[in-house]
Amino acid sequence: MAVYKRTYAAYEGSLTPSWSRFLILPRYSFARLWQSKFLVMFFMACFFYPLGCIGYIYFANNLSILSSFGIPAPAGQFLKVQPSLFLYFCWVQAAFTYLLTAFIGPSLVSPDLVNGAMPLYFCRPFSRTEYIAGKMSVLVFLLSLVTWVPGLILFAVQASLAGWEWTKANFWIAGSLFVGLMVWIVLLSLLALALSAWIKWKIAAGGLVLGVFFAGAGFGAALNSVMRTNYGTLLNLTEVMFTIWSKLFRWPSDTGISLESAWICVAMVAAICLWLLVRRVRAFEVVK
Amino acid sequence: MDPVIELAGLSVRFGNREILHNLRVSLSGRTIGLLGPNGAGKSTLIQTLLGFVPLSAGSASIFGHDIRQQTRELRTLIGYMPENDSFIANLTAVSFVRMMGELAGLPHDAALERAHEVLFYVGLGEARYRLLGTYSLGMKQLAKLAQAIVHGPRLLILDEPTNGLDPPARLRMIRLIKEMKQTGSMHIVVCSHLLRDVEETCEEVLILKQGRIVHYSNLDEERSANKRFVELETVGDEKDFAGALTALGCECVGAGLGRLKMVLPAEFELREIYRLAAERDLQLRRLNYRRDTLEDIFLKAMEV
Repeated sequence: MAVYKRTYAAYEGSLTPSWSRFLILPRYSFARLWQSKFLVMFFMACFFYPLGCIGYIYFANNLSILSSFGIPAPAGQFLKVQPSLFLYFCWVQAAFTYLLTAFIGPSLVSPDLVNGAMPLYFCRPFSRTEYIAGKMSVLVFLLSLVTWVPGLILFAVQASLAGWEWTKANFWIAGSLFVGLMVWIVLLSLLALALSAWIKWKIAAGGLVLGVFFAGAGFGAALNSVMRTNYGTLLNLTEVMFTIWSKLFRWPSDTGISLESAWICVAMVAAICLWLLVRRVRAFEVVK
Repeated sequence: MDPVIELAGLSVRFGNREILHNLRVSLSGRTIGLLGPNGAGKSTLIQTLLGFVPLSAGSASIFGHDIRQQTRELRTLIGYMPENDSFIANLTAVSFVRMMGELAGLPHDAALERAHEVLFYVGLGEARYRLLGTYSLGMKQLAKLAQAIVHGPRLLILDEPTNGLDPPARLRMIRLIKEMKQTGSMHIVVCSHLLRDVEETCEEVLILKQGRIVHYSNLDEERSANKRFVELETVGDEKDFAGALTALGCECVGAGLGRLKMVLPAEFELREIYRLAAERDLQLRRLNYRRDTLEDIFLKAMEV
């Protein structure tokens, strides 16, 4: 129907498969997010460290190039690619993703709640699960681009330069990179979405995403010193994640908490966030 | 005609409070009005039909689809315009309507085309690239209507469509509803507490009060019954006068103090009232003549 006719006609064409509809939300979210110049610049800055790491790996595997720059050969002996390089990579990139999440996360759910858009989503063949999956995929996709994807590229670069023997002996690093960073991404995403769903003011929600980590660390340290225990560390999500990463990268951990308790802590935080999300993401608000 | 909405003992409970109680009705009109005072359960009924609120007893179906078993299929057939502000602030109208179309299952090219069409149709064509957050209340209502019809639903549910609209905007909304009723193949449910809106647009009316159905009527049938009412205020012997009118086929009820209420038969001419009054030297102080309106039906229902 031509627009100038201005009469109503029903749609009679084909419909998209229902499984693919959750992907509509990230498409519109990305279109909106990339309008922010700050985000684009920050996103680009997230790749500086991986680029530096690639340079390091290249020089570590091509020491002869250093001598062509006039650097004496013994200096090059310090350049070694060890699992710790990938652990530090996780640390640095996790810090970037933390800031990125605080910036992006709150703008995902809270605007829909503030403007009462939930009934519009859910009066369509679109479930709450799809809504949460759609919103979460925005964060998972963006954070993956700056974490495990460049991490695996680093691993591939090292594998291609170091040869098959190194790759065979260190293949577990690729798995650790993927698992460790995905756990971090899922945890951050759920936390950001849950806080965004409960705090409608975007700036406050962003502040709280940052605050959860600082407040948790402070409260955990206080609890440890007052109660003379190590369990307060479980409130410090950064330490919890470090415990998991340390084990994954076969690196000694001095956080004082066991791997099992760290995993249980992560699972519990994720479950609480999901519960909070499910309570808020609904077509109508229950006023008691 | 196949029923559009069928309620079979539908009850809804929030905690210990029963919001809808044992609703039983079969609605099949092209335009169905849902009336009731504030808190009657109109919006809850709509939310139940959309699957937002669980049933505590009974069942309901739309176009023969059970609302509990086939919620997803049903939602492809329904367009919903909520009562409150519902939009996504950072989107332009065309992106918003397109997104809603895509969520309803339209491919993205078709959704874009339909978004332009429906925005022109509702009268937002020139403002379609503006952010929704900058829209006036009337424009937001039209944008909500556009998102509700973008996917060509078989049933359109409008919850208080004229809320907050100025008279010209209200007339525009009423005109759109009438046009859709006439040109499209869709059924429309208009939920409102404004009797005039429902009277102008609907064929069937369901009146709710405190979560119960207190009246159901087919407005077309009521209109075709063509009942005429007269209220009189007289000075003199109104009993003899009432007797004479009854002999002519009027249904008269005395309301005391010389007041009479009567239903006139179809062929009755009003001049007969003046003739009979003159013959009895009866003074007519006031004469109110009117047809049966939705307001009468509503007020009678509220007395139940």
